[in-house]
Amino acid sequence: MTPQMMDQAVNVQHLNVKIFAREPAAVDLGDAIPVFHRWIQEGAGEELLIDVADYRHVPAGPGVLLVGHEANYSLDVSFRKLGLLYNRKAAHEGSTQDKLLEAFYSALEACRRLEQEPEFRGKLLFNAGDCEVIVNDRLLVPNTDSTWQALQPAFASFCDGLYGRGGYTLDRLGEPRERFRLGIRTARPIEARVLLEALDGV
Amino acid sequence: MKASNHLWRDRLLERMPPQWAKEADIYENEIALRKQGKIDEKVFAETRLRRGSYGQRYDNGQRHDGRASRKLEYPSGSLTKGPSTLWDAPGMQRIKIPFGGLNAEQLETMAELAEEYSDGIAHVTTRQDFQLHFVHIEDVPSLQRRLAAVNITTREACGNTVRNVTACPYAGICRDQTFDVTPYAKATAYFLLGHPDTQNFGRKFKIAFSGCRDNACALTRIHDIGLIAVTREIDGRMRRGFEMYVGGGLGTVPYQAKLFEEFVPEEELLPLCQAICRVFARLGEKKNRNTARLKFLVVKLGMDELKRLVMEERAILPHDERWTDYLQDVERYDDKPVKPPSLLQITPAAPEGFMAWRQTNVYAQRQSGYATVTVALPLGDITATQLRKLADLGRKYGNGTFRSTVEQNIILRWVSEADLPALFAELKEAGLDEGGAGTIVDISACPGTDTCKLGISSSRGLAGELRTRLSEQSAAMDEAVRNLHIKISGCFNSCGQHHIADLGFYGVSRHKNGYTVPHFQVVLGGQWTENAGSYGLAIGAVPSKRIPEAVNRITGRYLAERQKGESFQAFVRRIGKGECRKMLDDLTAVPQHDAEPSFYVDWADAREYTIGDMGTGECAGEVVSPIEFALAACEREVFEAQLLLDRGDAETAARQAYQSMQKSAMALLEWKNIPVPHTADGVVEQFRAHFYDTQLFFDPFTGGKFAHYYFAAHQHAGDRHDAETAHRLIEEAQLFIEACHSCYGRVIAQPATV
Repeated sequence: MTPQMMDQAVNVQHLNVKIFAREPAAVDLGDAIPVFHRWIQEGAGEELLIDVADYRHVPAGPGVLLVGHEANYSLDVSFRKLGLLYNRKAAHEGSTQDKLLEAFYSALEACRRLEQEPEFRGKLLFNAGDCEVIVNDRLLVPNTDSTWQALQPAFASFCDGLYGRGGYTLDRLGEPRERFRLGIRTARPIEARVLLEALDGV
Repeated sequence: MKASNHLWRDRLLERMPPQWAKEADIYENEIALRKQGKIDEKVFAETRLRRGSYGQRYDNGQRHDGRASRKLEYPSGSLTKGPSTLWDAPGMQRIKIPFGGLNAEQLETMAELAEEYSDGIAHVTTRQDFQLHFVHIEDVPSLQRRLAAVNITTREACGNTVRNVTACPYAGICRDQTFDVTPYAKATAYFLLGHPDTQNFGRKFKIAFSGCRDNACALTRIHDIGLIAVTREIDGRMRRGFEMYVGGGLGTVPYQAKLFEEFVPEEELLPLCQAICRVFARLGEKKNRNTARLKFLVVKLGMDELKRLVMEERAILPHDERWTDYLQDVERYDDKPVKPPSLLQITPAAPEGFMAWRQTNVYAQRQSGYATVTVALPLGDITATQLRKLADLGRKYGNGTFRSTVEQNIILRWVSEADLPALFAELKEAGLDEGGAGTIVDISACPGTDTCKLGISSSRGLAGELRTRLSEQSAAMDEAVRNLHIKISGCFNSCGQHHIADLGFYGVSRHKNGYTVPHFQVVLGGQWTENAGSYGLAIGAVPSKRIPEAVNRITGRYLAERQKGESFQAFVRRIGKGECRKMLDDLTAVPQHDAEPSFYVDWADAREYTIGDMGTGECAGEVVSPIEFALAACEREVFEAQLLLDRGDAETAARQAYQSMQKSAMALLEWKNIPVPHTADGVVEQFRAHFYDTQLFFDPFTGGKFAHYYFAAHQHAGDRHDAETAHRLIEEAQLFIEACHSCYGRVIAQPATV
C-alpha cells in the first residue's frame, strides 16, 4: 500500500496538538483566565469561543481551558508538563496532511498570541520543536501498531516539510489504553513564530 | 461532534444489554426527529433530561463577556433542544452510578469518554453520579453505547424520575454498620429504573441507604425515601429490615424526612417503595413544580394519611417476583479481597506525607488487616489519566472495585494494610495524594456559575480559593477546626448541600454602589452527622471576596472560645446567631468600585459580575436607593426571627418572618411608586397585581416560585407554628427577600446586547 492509500484508509479526525512551554516555572496559570476572557471579548480568530473553565485545582490536569465550538484551547499541565493544547472538536475535511496543517496552524497561532499577551510577555515562551500530536477518536484511530504503521508515513511527510528531513524525532508515546499519541522533538528549540512562518511553505 | 458517531452502534451491539442498546437507538432517533422539527422542543427537553442530558450555562445563546451580552452564533442557528436551549450549545451529561459502585473497566471507560466527548475531566457529584461537561447532544448516543457496553446507563439520571439511588460507600466494610446495604440499594435502583410506576412524577425522587444511624455517609434524612439498616428478632430469628424515613429533601427550603416505618422487612422493601412511588405519582403536585416533591405531599396529607394511602396501595399491588428474587443474591453477596490481610509497618522509609495522609484518608475496615483509602478529588474533579491510574491501583492493591462518595471523592476498598505506603507513593505520582479527606479542606461545591444555568455566584471558584487557603493552614490547624465541613451552593437550590454543613454558603447577589456584587449567604448550624440530623439557617450575606475572611473569623472564634468537647453546632447555639452575625457585620460592606474593583468580579473569573448575564447596571454612581435600605431592614427582621426561634419562641419567630415578607413586598411597591395599602390583604393584592400577574417578579428559572411563599404565608398567617414550621417559614421569608433583591437588580440592569 502506498503512503497515500494508507492515509486514506485511516480517517484522522479530532487532532490535538500540544506545544510545550520552555520555562514553565515562570508561568502563573491564573493569568490565563483574563487572557482567555479577553480573547472571547475580542473575538480572536474566526472560531466561536464560548467560555473559560478553570481547572487549576486539578493536579496534572487541563489547567485553564478556553472552550470553543470548533476547538478548545488550554494552557494544559497534563503529565505535569505545561503547554498550549489545541483540541479540535469539529470534523476536518481533506487529507491527513491538510488536517495536520490546520491543527498546527491553530496551535502555533495561539502560542504566538499568548506569548504576546501582557500577562505572559517575557514569561511564557513555547518551544515549537517539542510537541505532541494526539488523535482524539479511539474508534477511527485506535492506538495500535497497525495504526502507527499506516499513519507514520503521512506524519513523517508532514514533519519533513515542517522541520526538515532528519531534523526531528517522531515517536509513538503512551500505553495502549491512551489515545494514539506521537511526540515530535527537534534538537534545538524553535520559536512558535518561526514555525508558524515555516508552515506557509509546507 | 464526533466523526465516528455512526460507527459505535455496530461495534458494540454484542456487548450492550439489549434494553440499553435499544435506549440509545431510541434516543438517537429522537435526536434525528428533533433536528427535523418533528418533535416538540418541550417534549424533547424532557426526553433528554430523562437520559441525563442537561443544559449548561449560556445555552440560550447569550453570554455576558464582561463588557456586553453577546450572541453565541452556533452553526445550527435557531434549532433548539428545549425551550431557550440551542442545539449546538455544550451540555452536561450525567451518568448514574447506583450506590456509587464502579469497577476498574468502568473507570477506564469513563476516562475515554471524558477525553473524547468532554474536556478531559470527569466530575463526581454529591449523589455519587459522574458528570461530563461541554458535551454535544449528538455525541450522547455514542457515549451511552460505550457506557452500556460496561453496564452503565444514563437513563433517568435527570428529569422527574427516580434519581441515582445512593448508599453509604463504606457498606460492607464499615465498622458501625448493621449489615451491608449494597445489594438492597442495587436491587432498588434497577427495580425502579424505567418502572412504569415511576414514569409519571411531577418532580424528581431520591432514595438513599445507610448501614447505620449515626454517620453521615448516606445522608438519609435529606431524601424522599431514606432507609437505615436495622435488624429485629422475629420468631426467634434475627431478621434484616430497614427503618424507613419519608419526605426529606433540601432544595430551596429543606425538609427533614420523617419516620414512616420502624421496621420494613427486607422482603417488603421493594413493594413498599413501589407503593410510595404510586401514591406520589397519583397525588403529587404536577402543575406547580415548586411544590411537587414528595415532601410537600407529606406536609399536605400528614404522615398518618400518607401511610394509610401507601399501605392501601401496597395491599392491591400485583405480585412481582422481582420483589424477592434478589434476596437469594443477598445471601451470596460478599465483597471479597484479592490479597491476604496484613499489618501496616511504619518504617522510616515511608514516603513523605504518608503519615498525614493516612490520618485523614485511611479507614480501618471491620475486616482486620484491611483498609479503605479515600482518594480526595479537588472539587470532585479527576482527569482521564488519573482515572486510568486509579483503575490500575484498584486492580493492584484492592479488589478492582471502587465507590464514589457524596463528598465527591472515590474510595478504594480492601487494601491490605501493609500495601498502604506503596499505594500512597503511586497515588502521589498520579497527583491523587490529596490529604484532608472529610476535613475542612475537603469542600463540596455544586457547579455554580461555572456551568449551571441557575448559578448566581461562583461556588467552585470560592471552593477552590478556600481549599487553597485552608490547605496552607491545615498542618497547623487545631483538630476541632480541621474536622469541620464546608459546603457551597451557587444558588439557593442546595445542590452543594449547604444546609447540612458546619459552614454552608449559597450564592446571592446584592446591588451596591450602582453595581451588582456577588455575595454568599453564610449558613451556620447544620449537622452533617446522624445522616444530616439538622439544618442550618442563613445569618447574613457577605461579599464573595470576603468569605475567606469570614471563615477565618468564625473558625478562629470557635477555636478561642469553645468549651471542652463542644461541637461547632453547640458553640453556635451557645453564643447565638446574633453574635455570629455581629462577628461578620463589618465584612458585609462593599468598597466603592474604583477603590476595590475586585469585589465586583467573582472568584476564578475576570469579567465584571452580572446576574442573569444581562449586563451591568447603568446606575454607577447613584446613591443607595430607599429600596436597598428597606430590603436590608427586612433581612434584619428575618434574622431576628431566627434568634426568636433559637430562644424557643416559634410563634413570634413565624410571625416576624411573615412580616418581613410583607415589608419586602411593600418595599417593592414603594419603589415602583405604587400606593401601599394599609392592610395585609391589600399589600398582597397589590403585589400580586403589579409584580406577580405582570411577571415582573419572575426570574427566568424559578418563575414566581418565591411569590408563592409569600402568598401561602399570608394565607396561613393565623396558623399556629412549632419549631419545624417556623424554621421553614424563616427559610421561605429569606428566599422571598432574596427574590425581591433579584427583582430589583434585574429591573434596574439594562440588557445591552451587541
